[in-house]
Amino acid sequence: MKRTIPLLITFAVGLILIIAMFIPHDPFFDMDRNFSIFYDVIAVFAFILGGGNLLRVHLNKVYLKRRDWKYSIVTVGGFFLMLLAGLLKIGVTEGWSGNFQGTGSLFKYLYDCTFQPLQSTMFSLLAFFVASASYRAFRAKTIEASILLVAAFVILVRPTPLGYYLTFWLPDPLKFLTISNLSTWILAVPNMVGQRAIMIGIALGIVSTSLRLILGIERGYLGGE
Amino acid sequence: MADEQVKLTLVEKLGRVDRRIIFLLMGVAVLIPLLIHYTTTIPASPIVQDLFDKVESLPPGSKVLISFDYGPATAPENQPMATSITRHCFEKGLRIYMISLWATGPRQATQLIEDIITPEFPGKVYGTDWVDLGFKAGGQGLINTLLSDFTAMYTTDVNGRAVTEFPMMAGIKSLRAFDLIYCVGSGQPGNKEWIQFAGDPGRIPVGGGTTAVMAPQLYPYYPKQTVGLLGGLQGAAEYEAALMVKYPKYRTMSRVASEKMGPQVSAHLVIAAFIILGNVTYLIERRRQKKRQ
Repeated sequence: MKRTIPLLITFAVGLILIIAMFIPHDPFFDMDRNFSIFYDVIAVFAFILGGGNLLRVHLNKVYLKRRDWKYSIVTVGGFFLMLLAGLLKIGVTEGWSGNFQGTGSLFKYLYDCTFQPLQSTMFSLLAFFVASASYRAFRAKTIEASILLVAAFVILVRPTPLGYYLTFWLPDPLKFLTISNLSTWILAVPNMVGQRAIMIGIALGIVSTSLRLILGIERGYLGGE
Repeated sequence: MADEQVKLTLVEKLGRVDRRIIFLLMGVAVLIPLLIHYTTTIPASPIVQDLFDKVESLPPGSKVLISFDYGPATAPENQPMATSITRHCFEKGLRIYMISLWATGPRQATQLIEDIITPEFPGKVYGTDWVDLGFKAGGQGLINTLLSDFTAMYTTDVNGRAVTEFPMMAGIKSLRAFDLIYCVGSGQPGNKEWIQFAGDPGRIPVGGGTTAVMAPQLYPYYPKQTVGLLGGLQGAAEYEAALMVKYPKYRTMSRVASEKMGPQVSAHLVIAAFIILGNVTYLIERRRQKKRQ
């Protein structure tokens, strides 16, 4: 019974949503809309689940003094600081009626002066790793690697003055070979072909998995076994 | 023989440059344009120009939904996209509705309000010309709901005021009420979800901007399913260029993307130089190895 009822619910909901896709009229349209609202409500609970899970993992780590447990104190401390700053609207000039991230709020201060620079710094580090990785990885060792190298080089130099000066002198009949045109072509033709192939493959995979879920063949989400 | 040995070592050394030297040169390449305020203007490519033309074709009073689906990590790339579209919309007399599928999005919207809307467009009235509806969880599920019932999810704005108080919210029953959905995104949920769950089923024009690493994944949707796309900082700079051509007053105002393109251009040149160096040394080494064999 514990497994049959969830399987029946999955089958019924999956079937209704498929029908609603092809027959967008009541009662299926209305059911589709309600299911979407249920989904949005459940999605909100994911935040509580996520917060609870974060606390469980890190407090456990601190309690057992596992490797790097001191960093977990920072994580938990940061979590509660941001949470309380937002919930209690600390520093908001308009008080409880004001926006939690309005002028003067502690949340805004922490977000602007801690979270934002930290995130930007982490992302900016990519530039250094990309430079190092490109230097080591983009080597013309095979024909395939050479094609990739040329494509990457064209895309890379397109916005630079080098991209302009390399090909600006080409005569009109050969203008399609300018870096700018080549870059547009690479993105719009070979890239698009590859991306479409991947997307169609993924979509077929999703259809197959969804059917397995709806028909009760795939039962991993029920847990156990 | 001794000379050949020295040359070989030099080539080998150039082929194995220490990563710290690469990092140092990269740092210098980014720093110098920032210090000398080097900017560059890039003409709009077709995919950017199409989006610009779409906004340009909308009559005054049209409704544009801007979704802030990014956070501080990618703000240097994404924020100029939001800036340009906001300027363009207000120049055209369009109405802006701000929402976010990301929890970090509302702060980016607030930044846009503080940096652009309040100082540059003081005449635009909140609730009449623009409204900030804030963040809601759910991703594609939320988009699906908004497509059939917008007010079921957005009953208040970001400050908790009822949306019924705002004149511009009258008649907004579903996403189909909008003339353009403009997503500034950097991942999931983002541009792809807006196209798949709003643009296609609702036949609503969708455009927007995304980070440079995400842009190639969105090309398959252009031009049928998305009216245009700004790919990374370069796309944002191209949109700025198109805006400057049409509205010359922006030539003298802050051009965030074009100013940031300076460091990006010089960083690209450094990477290109290292790729060339790596391949030249690799080819020399390979030729020498063949000779020895």
